[in-house]
Amino acid sequence: MTDHTIYLDNAATTAVAKEVVQEMLPYFETCWGNPSSLYELGQRAHAALSDARERIAAHLGARAQDIYFTSCGTESNNWAIKETMFAYRDKGRHFITSSTEHHATAHSALWLEKHGYEVSYLEVDSDGLIDPEAFRRALRPDTTLASLIYGNNEIGTIQPIKELAAIAHEAGVLFHTDAVQVVGHLPVDVEELGVDFLSASGHKFNAPKGVGFLYIRRGIKTKSFLDGGAQERKRRAGTENVPYIMGMARALDLSIQQLAQRREHAVALRDHLIQRVLDEVPHSRLNGHPTLRLPGNVNISFEFVEGESLLLMLEQKGVLASSGSACASGSLDPSHVLLAIGLPHEIAHGSLRMTIGHETTREDIDYTVEAIKEVVAQLRAMSPLYEDYLLGRKAVSAIKS
Amino acid sequence: MAYSEKVMEHFSNPRNMGEIEDASGVGTVGNAQCGDIMRVYLDIDEDGIVRDVKFKTFGCAAAVATSSMATELVKGKSINDALKVTNKAVCEALDGLPPVKVHCSLLAEEAIHAALWDYAEKNGIAIEGLEKPKSDIHEGEEEEDY
Ligand SMILES: Cc1ncc(COP(=O)(O)O)c(C=O)c1O
Ligand code: FES
Repeated sequence: MTDHTIYLDNAATTAVAKEVVQEMLPYFETCWGNPSSLYELGQRAHAALSDARERIAAHLGARAQDIYFTSCGTESNNWAIKETMFAYRDKGRHFITSSTEHHATAHSALWLEKHGYEVSYLEVDSDGLIDPEAFRRALRPDTTLASLIYGNNEIGTIQPIKELAAIAHEAGVLFHTDAVQVVGHLPVDVEELGVDFLSASGHKFNAPKGVGFLYIRRGIKTKSFLDGGAQERKRRAGTENVPYIMGMARALDLSIQQLAQRREHAVALRDHLIQRVLDEVPHSRLNGHPTLRLPGNVNISFEFVEGESLLLMLEQKGVLASSGSACASGSLDPSHVLLAIGLPHEIAHGSLRMTIGHETTREDIDYTVEAIKEVVAQLRAMSPLYEDYLLGRKAVSAIKS
Repeated sequence: MAYSEKVMEHFSNPRNMGEIEDASGVGTVGNAQCGDIMRVYLDIDEDGIVRDVKFKTFGCAAAVATSSMATELVKGKSINDALKVTNKAVCEALDGLPPVKVHCSLLAEEAIHAALWDYAEKNGIAIEGLEKPKSDIHEGEEEEDY
């Protein structure tokens, strides 16, 4: 074990910023009233909430009324997808999404299929990009909604959301994007993008876990599955999590203020890390698009090496990363995203996702490269697949294809 | 999902990792679900004692740790006793495995059986109680020249 930890898993979650903690404290300690209460203690909380909503909306070029607070990115996706398909079921029961979505979308799509809706899954190319023409062809008269991820949480590929939303609208189809990995990291303007729904989650930009929001364009009839009180313009019941929402507003203020520098910093470190690993570790390949890519995302596969062992050995050297999506660990199947871009099982298994944050330094990256070189060499020395490769034997495979 | 200290210790310092040249028996097995692969080399003397054993594994930490522990358990044993090293025994020796990882320990048992089978075939003998390994996968063949 080492005493120095290098956190390269910022796509899984980020540290809560100190300013964010400070911002939240008064809403636990003094201003803790229920925003629906009519006395002053409640009304102060209500005013704070309105202020947070306006600030967040302003950062996204949205109207404050169109921002709905939720408990997380997963809830935002579930609401946008399942409840909108339900609300417009008489218009049509066809839903379109892609093969590289986060589970919050992919499993909502499965739910729809189980409940009498039809789902089309768009394929992606080897960089993870959706073909807009294929999207156009998938649209049908009974298509109600399409949901496509903006920045991929695993491989970092950024989809041409503006173009895709325009194609949906030409066909009179509603468009949702999961922007959980994008908000706070790249400029987002809902008018410019032309989306009808956009999901975000606080903990991806230095707010706490368990708070997020959904942007819903005015005029769209959709209501959360949470029935109850009149909160969130009667669309999503439940007493608001005022401290966390205040923290999220502050976190987004900070992210937007520093967006340009942080983005430049992350892109420089990202490209440095990619370059060094590809140059210095044989049989490695980059997953995801080389340039249309989230600023902090690096995803590399190492042939002949298995991901879990790789992660644990890196952890012993103080480097915290992930193999595919954090939610998928504990499952045996390789990431559906890596399979969707065409990687064979064995190679998908040996993939490493490292996501850079604004606190990551160049020294951290250089240390990480050295750690990867050592660990990959150690695991290859242990690998029967590598032995076969060196001896020029045909590769053995346990997977029947 | 957390691994026991024993598992982490064997994962970090695997015993018997490597190859044996001209081994008496070699077995390679894989798990079709997770894609992990394990190869075991046995060096068996005239008295039927496992003198040496080595392994190579492409797999998760549990697969590495069970390879390490299973090879420790068969080393120095007679063929019959080596056959009795089950995945359960390996798991217990490692203070248990998380439920999703139990299949990894099966791989170690199967790899040893596959290596014993290979030894029996090479020597034209039958080992009582040893069945033809189910999941043995083809030894890589020499790549054809062209
Ligand atoms: C792209 C994407 N969508 C949705 C989510 C779910 O967000 P949350 O963890 O807030 O439920 C995540 C985070 O894991 C994500 O990366
Ligand atoms: S997950 Fe396959 S051997 Fe452990």
